[in-house]
Amino acid sequence: MLTDSNYLEIWNLTKSFPTPKGPATVVKGFQLNVARGEFVSLIGHSGCGKSTVLSMIAGLSEPTSGGIILAGREIDGAGPDRGVVFQAPCLLPWMTAFDNVLLGVQQVKPDASRAEQGDIVKHYLELVGLADAIHKRPAELSGGMRQRVGIARAFALSPKMLLLDEPFGMLDALTRLELQEVLLEVWSQHQMTAVMVTHDVDEAVLLSDRVVMMTNGPEAQVGEIVKVPFARPRDRIHLMETTAYEDVRDELLSFLEERAHIKPSIPTTDEDARPAPAAGSTVSC
Amino acid sequence: MKRFPFDWLALPLVGLIAVGLLWVISCSTWAPNLPSPVKTWEMSRPYIVEPFAKRGELDQGVLRFTWYSLILVSKGYFIAILIGTPLGFLLGSSKTLTMMFDPIIQFLKPVSPLAWLPLGLVLFGKSEPAALFTIALCSMWPTVVNTAVGVRAVPQDYLNVARVLKLSKFKTLTKVLFPATLPYMFTGFRLSLGIAWLVIVACEMLIGTPGVGGFLWQEYNSLIYEHIILCILTIGCVGFILDRLMGIVERRFAAA
Ligand SMILES: Nc1ncnc2c1ncn2[C@@H]1O[C@H](COP(=O)(O)OP(=O)(O)O)[C@@H](O)[C@H]1O
Ligand SMILES: [Mg+2]
Repeated sequence: MLTDSNYLEIWNLTKSFPTPKGPATVVKGFQLNVARGEFVSLIGHSGCGKSTVLSMIAGLSEPTSGGIILAGREIDGAGPDRGVVFQAPCLLPWMTAFDNVLLGVQQVKPDASRAEQGDIVKHYLELVGLADAIHKRPAELSGGMRQRVGIARAFALSPKMLLLDEPFGMLDALTRLELQEVLLEVWSQHQMTAVMVTHDVDEAVLLSDRVVMMTNGPEAQVGEIVKVPFARPRDRIHLMETTAYEDVRDELLSFLEERAHIKPSIPTTDEDARPAPAAGSTVSC
Repeated sequence: MKRFPFDWLALPLVGLIAVGLLWVISCSTWAPNLPSPVKTWEMSRPYIVEPFAKRGELDQGVLRFTWYSLILVSKGYFIAILIGTPLGFLLGSSKTLTMMFDPIIQFLKPVSPLAWLPLGLVLFGKSEPAALFTIALCSMWPTVVNTAVGVRAVPQDYLNVARVLKLSKFKTLTKVLFPATLPYMFTGFRLSLGIAWLVIVACEMLIGTPGVGGFLWQEYNSLIYEHIILCILTIGCVGFILDRLMGIVERRFAAA
């Protein structure tokens, strides 16, 4: 039954790729529930299978076994009910920022008038701070601005959930901080269920309600889950001054440094693994 | 001080003078039948100073002949593009089709226009359709091959966008595949045009229609060798200009 606590249900997810030496199982038995309106980060060492998990949620690749249920329905292929922000913004270079976002809006609101669609596009581009660059092509935009368009495109779909794969991984440190703020701001206005892959511990803590740490591959799975108990709206500066922030951060780092290679025999269900509910919902693993 | 344009002006001029010298020396030594540059100019004068004159079916100004040739070439070339582009898209988007037809294409590509034209005459009976058949068949391949390569080279990222947004087949084609392939297509178009122009001359020589090629062959038969050189120079000029024009178009699309 669909409750708010298992809006996204990932069940025993396994993915193998065929290789010359037989199938390589990258992810095995990945198990996770995400509550409606919750922001979850997926963190783990490079190559452990984070993108693999995310692209299966996006429907861009097929699970070898196991299933993913979003809002009571099993995921079958990609679709605009999941807004995806890719690592490279993946804008179509022959279209302006406006047209790139419009392409998606037309898909989810095919019956709206051209003017209504245009208003939606403008609204989201303004929201990410691109009011002045609406009619520019990607080539005329900086990397940070392009990723803003990518964010606007995902939000403009009004999707059931948001999937972000290291969305700021290709940006310089300053732009990255700036865009984290943008994402935080836009997200807090929509409270959209989100799963974000990152390898930046601070980014994960700032944005998430829970941080899911993956064990090292092959056969990666959920290692530990840390809840991030800070109230929203969050402010980076204030957050970083608290000792609780240090505690969460240390926990993540110590997992990545010391325990990521240990396979848990049973899925973690202890109190720490219980999620920090967003907007009063409860989540169980 | 402005630098003397040594590279792009002086060097080509030196080359030109060298070839001119070779010409002059040749026609006064081992090639007595080769008209000298001066003779060529004298004989060609009426065709150049009155480029659009029409004194008879096969006695017209050089630009008028060029115009006829260009019309024929553009007809054949458009047939080539019209067939070649969709064919390239099909081959590029289907591995099965590629495996089926790639060997045949590799096999047909090197067949000379001189070989196709008789077959065209057999098939269509008349000379113009046969010429178009030959031009289209010979010039199609660069468009087919480059379009197919372009479709295969469309970044997975763009295709993922299409999948995530669940674009229809038609929208994926018009909004993603087509624009992403455009630079490759135009490279194909440019190469195809070059071949079409190459083929037209051979075609006209064989079927004797008025045009630069037809004129060349007729003047050879009438022993007016100066006009052969006039035709060769005209063909080269036109080919060069066409290539440059297409190059400009191609660069525009590559930049977009
Ligand atoms: N299409 C594929 N075929 C074979 N192996 C793959 C494929 N995609 C990913 N992998 C392998 O799966 C592992 C996890 O990759 P990925 O999910 O991209 O890692 P991450 O995003 O955590 O850095 C890597 O070892 C990678 O080589
Ligand atoms: Mg990755």
